[in-house]
Amino acid sequence: MTSPPAPPGPTAPGRHQRSDPTPRPTLASRGRDVLGDRLFRYLCLAAGCAVLATLVLILLSTLQQSWPALRESGLGFLTDSAWIPNDPDGPGPRKATFGALAFIYGSLVVSAIALVFAVPVAVAIALFLTQVAHRRLRGPAVTVIDLLAAIPSVVFGLWGILVVAPALAPVYDGIHGALGGIPGLGSLFGEPVSTGRGYMTAGLILAIMIVPIITSLAREVFTTVPAADMQAAYALGATRWEMIKGAVLPHSFGGLVGAVMLGLGRALGETIAVALVIGGSVQVTANLFASGDALPAVIVNQFGESGPLHRASLIGLGVVLFVITVLINVAARFLVRRAEIRMRGAAA
Amino acid sequence: MTVAPPRPTAPLDLTRAALPATRRWRNTVATGGMVAALALAAVPLALICYQVLLKGAGSISWEFLTEDIPNSARRAGGGIAPAIVGTLVITGTAALLAIPLGVLGAVYLNEYGKSGPLAKFIRTMADVMTGVPSIVMGLFIYVIMVIPLQQQSGLAGALALACLMLPVVIRSTEEVLRLVPDDLRQASAALGARRWYTIVTVVLPAAVSGITSGAMLAVARAAGETAPLIFTTGIVYQSNWSLSGANTALPALIFKNASEPFAAANGRAWGAAITLVVLVLAATVIARLISGRFAVKDR
Repeated sequence: MTSPPAPPGPTAPGRHQRSDPTPRPTLASRGRDVLGDRLFRYLCLAAGCAVLATLVLILLSTLQQSWPALRESGLGFLTDSAWIPNDPDGPGPRKATFGALAFIYGSLVVSAIALVFAVPVAVAIALFLTQVAHRRLRGPAVTVIDLLAAIPSVVFGLWGILVVAPALAPVYDGIHGALGGIPGLGSLFGEPVSTGRGYMTAGLILAIMIVPIITSLAREVFTTVPAADMQAAYALGATRWEMIKGAVLPHSFGGLVGAVMLGLGRALGETIAVALVIGGSVQVTANLFASGDALPAVIVNQFGESGPLHRASLIGLGVVLFVITVLINVAARFLVRRAEIRMRGAAA
Repeated sequence: MTVAPPRPTAPLDLTRAALPATRRWRNTVATGGMVAALALAAVPLALICYQVLLKGAGSISWEFLTEDIPNSARRAGGGIAPAIVGTLVITGTAALLAIPLGVLGAVYLNEYGKSGPLAKFIRTMADVMTGVPSIVMGLFIYVIMVIPLQQQSGLAGALALACLMLPVVIRSTEEVLRLVPDDLRQASAALGARRWYTIVTVVLPAAVSGITSGAMLAVARAAGETAPLIFTTGIVYQSNWSLSGANTALPALIFKNASEPFAAANGRAWGAAITLVVLVLAATVIARLISGRFAVKDR
């Protein structure tokens, strides 16, 4: 075997016959160079495979560490809503119970609130940037979104716990007073916590945090819409909004779903901001103004003061979180990629 | 056979005014909604910047930046120097670990693997890895490093941050490498350079500004991360320039002080927040300047 497929040049021997008698320079590869090339190639390959190795190691090591707790709790780990790390009555009949249902529920509720607020705003911003904004306005607008993405999550958390939560508590009171009496709907807007720290505050802070990621992905999706379709819509006399409805949105639907799912993955995994503003209580309730807890938040809040089984259970929560986010991400990337491929096919 | 000359007709009114009012109105409302959405996103940004400046600027002083953290969170005074040192040491080490590895990985994807099945798989998995929650990275390093060594350390925190940065660096570097014109590679090959020599002396230098800006963005992102550091680095109150031994960082300090009920702790958190935001935004802005000024062009 000579060398990995290289661009034609140094390794390809001259084919045509030469007439002059001077000896031809040797263009063949020397052993040392081939070795260097191969080494570099393997070095790069190893670096690429580091990603795969890390992902596998994450799953294996955390699973192994949390195995005692998962075996102890069994399926109840996912279906039990009681999370009692310490027996409150001392060594009595009630033993420590670890059920993550309340945290899974909390994560889902908070992420759902975040998506409800963030998706329309993010899609509208992306439409504005790609279809409406003048080129001169686009730069500053993109900067605003990027800066929002650059602010560390702990700063959002700090702002949330010291400024937003106290400011929102009376607002929640007002909404509870106005809507709390309606049967059905009222259970969503129940008695708020006095500190304002709960699902709703966490969801709102998360919404601000995931707007930039959904916006940037949605922008990419919108730019793949074939220009011919858009011009055709205009040629038929559509207004800009009718063009967006008829040409842009139908083409981008799959990609948008992917973008939203990536936002969901980010929201589920966000730790610090949520940990600061969600309130930290173990319950499953429909009341959006109540305090609760989410998977990453409970890990970070309880890890410091935990016994062996408790700690193993917290790492088990990490495994659950890892599996959920990886599945969501894989599905989302698949959707985005499929949408992109279809768009390119249509444009060609 | 002759074609009858077109009969003169009144020209069609094709201006916007001819549209039915509902359609015009809907268009205006939709456009207004988009502008409103942008404003809605800008409001929290402005509010955060305003609050951080308002509450943090007062506590910034030379002593605040250079003194040790007080042992008790409720005590006023003291500074945040150990956290600044920790952030620099941990983030710097993470960058040293992740950037070379990430660049090499990107070279594999763009120069060797291209669209082969393995490269495609790695690309997808790198995307997936960007979505892995940062707290899971913290747990991972805690399990494979802190538990066996029985010690929290700055190095463990740096490893956790490096795991977060790696996929970001790989993907951003690959995007830039793709922009390097093939002519350069072919010219280098025609001069007799081996593949690795071409990559090291031609391709990477051509892309260096883009790689730098992508790496800076990854560093900025990592510097603001809290969750991976909570279990891996521990807590210190004096500056620790070494990688071994417990350490602390600005985000961890903010997190700890934000949930305290004491005014002194909250003030310290705001002061640390303004320091962190300035550091992160500076890195982001520098990255943008680099990428804007030295973008890869077809030369």
